[in-house]
Amino acid sequence: MLDLRNVHVSYGRIQVLRGVSLHVDAGEIVALIGSNGAGKTTCLHTISGLLHPRQGTIRYDGKNITHMSAYDIVRLGVSQCPEGRHIFGGLTVGENLTLGAIQRHYRPEIERDREWVLTLFPVLRQRLGQSAGTLSGGEQQMLAIGRALMSRPRLLLLDEPSLGLAPLMVQTIFKVIRKIRTEGGTILLVEQNARQALEVADRGYVLETGEIILEGPATNLKTNQDVERAYLGG
Amino acid sequence: MSVTEYVIQQTINALSLGSIYAMVAIGLAIVFGILRLINFAHGDLMMVACYVAFFLVGSGLGFLPTVAIALLATAGLGLMMERAAYRPVRGAPDVVMLLTSLAVSIFLENVFVMVLSPVPRSFRDVSPAFLDVVNHWGPITVSNVNLVTLAATAVSFTLLTLFVTRTRLGISMRATAEDLIGAHLVGININRVVQVAFFIGSALAAVAGILWAARLGKIDPLMGFVPLLKAFVAAVIGGFGTLAGAVVGAYVLGFAEIFLIGFLPPALSSYRDAFVFLLLIVVLLVRPNGILGSTEREKV
Repeated sequence: MLDLRNVHVSYGRIQVLRGVSLHVDAGEIVALIGSNGAGKTTCLHTISGLLHPRQGTIRYDGKNITHMSAYDIVRLGVSQCPEGRHIFGGLTVGENLTLGAIQRHYRPEIERDREWVLTLFPVLRQRLGQSAGTLSGGEQQMLAIGRALMSRPRLLLLDEPSLGLAPLMVQTIFKVIRKIRTEGGTILLVEQNARQALEVADRGYVLETGEIILEGPATNLKTNQDVERAYLGG
Repeated sequence: MSVTEYVIQQTINALSLGSIYAMVAIGLAIVFGILRLINFAHGDLMMVACYVAFFLVGSGLGFLPTVAIALLATAGLGLMMERAAYRPVRGAPDVVMLLTSLAVSIFLENVFVMVLSPVPRSFRDVSPAFLDVVNHWGPITVSNVNLVTLAATAVSFTLLTLFVTRTRLGISMRATAEDLIGAHLVGININRVVQVAFFIGSALAAVAGILWAARLGKIDPLMGFVPLLKAFVAAVIGGFGTLAGAVVGAYVLGFAEIFLIGFLPPALSSYRDAFVFLLLIVVLLVRPNGILGSTEREKV
């Protein structure tokens, strides 16, 4: 479904990704793990079209999206819930959800998905008219995921959904990730919380200083000694 | 004239002046909120609207159709400005955008000086006599320009508020001003939003320009500078980048200016602009982000 081949990305003269190749198949949850500064967020921003590679290609459903704009990539059905949430704090929760579906026009379907998101995250229903900036961190994260789901993405990119959340909230978020998958979604999950990520994922990649150093089924990565030492605190 | 009557009189004047500043300041704020661009050419849009109106009325067109055409022409110029000058430097460092907008401003002013001469032209024959009529309500006098200004402001602010709260495009615009990355990621068409911001800002500048010229009775190619500066001060006082801040700042400035003229001894009242900028400095010392500005620091 998604296929990155030898992708190089730089910020000015600083090279962040050095020839990253990875792929995500339909119906999979793929985890991308690695320490701070390894290039995980850069990788997602490049897929979403916020950054463009200096070299290499990105294909989605066989289509070359390497140089497409963020706007066109959302249109193709790729949606990202970014690190740091980037919700619209001065707008209401309801308006944030409306914007998640900004490119869709068929109201009954948008309404149905709104109901679905509010069922996934019931707490948002009580907050619909409240401005998003007044939500707690965990609620904001739910809103960010909900907003990303409102575009009805075929591929969902999740960047650090558990960052800075209380353990109970982390569980809720991962429960929802599983639920999205059982409903047929495909997810590329970036996490520092490698244990949790490999727990839900089918496959995983380990990114270190801009390069993929390991890849394989999540169960193998979990028991891999290097991964265990570096990311699982074993 | 009693003190109450005097205050009512000055309040009407202040509301009218503040309204013009507000219309200009909104245009600055709406563009700044999205692009972080301070559009110095914004005042020149007012000037262009006045010249368009001047020549259209001169060629025999009625005042209302003239205003409509001037408004559309100015909005069109605003869109051209965005496409030709600002889009290529979008995302560039702030200084680059600032210099670009100064360049656009100087360019427009000089083209008008060269083609139409720097000599002021009378706007008396352009604005209909109706606007110059002065109403006497007891001891209070109100000119029709002031009434029309207040009405135009009420209508345009109502429309703008409905637009930014009720339509998807308007909500997208607020969202883009809040968080550009978030706006990209939900798939907002940023180019469209920027164009709408320039369209609305330029149209308001056209209305404000014509009302400004109707008050002064003359136009010239550099006429946009003073209202631009005042609107800029208003937007900064109110909290730069927010629409509500621009409006609040504009009225604060309008009231400050009118009441300074009223209460200062005549010897000092010609220094009113100095007092206006003093006000700016004081506000910025007390509230560096403006009256409505958030105290939140800029995020990296």
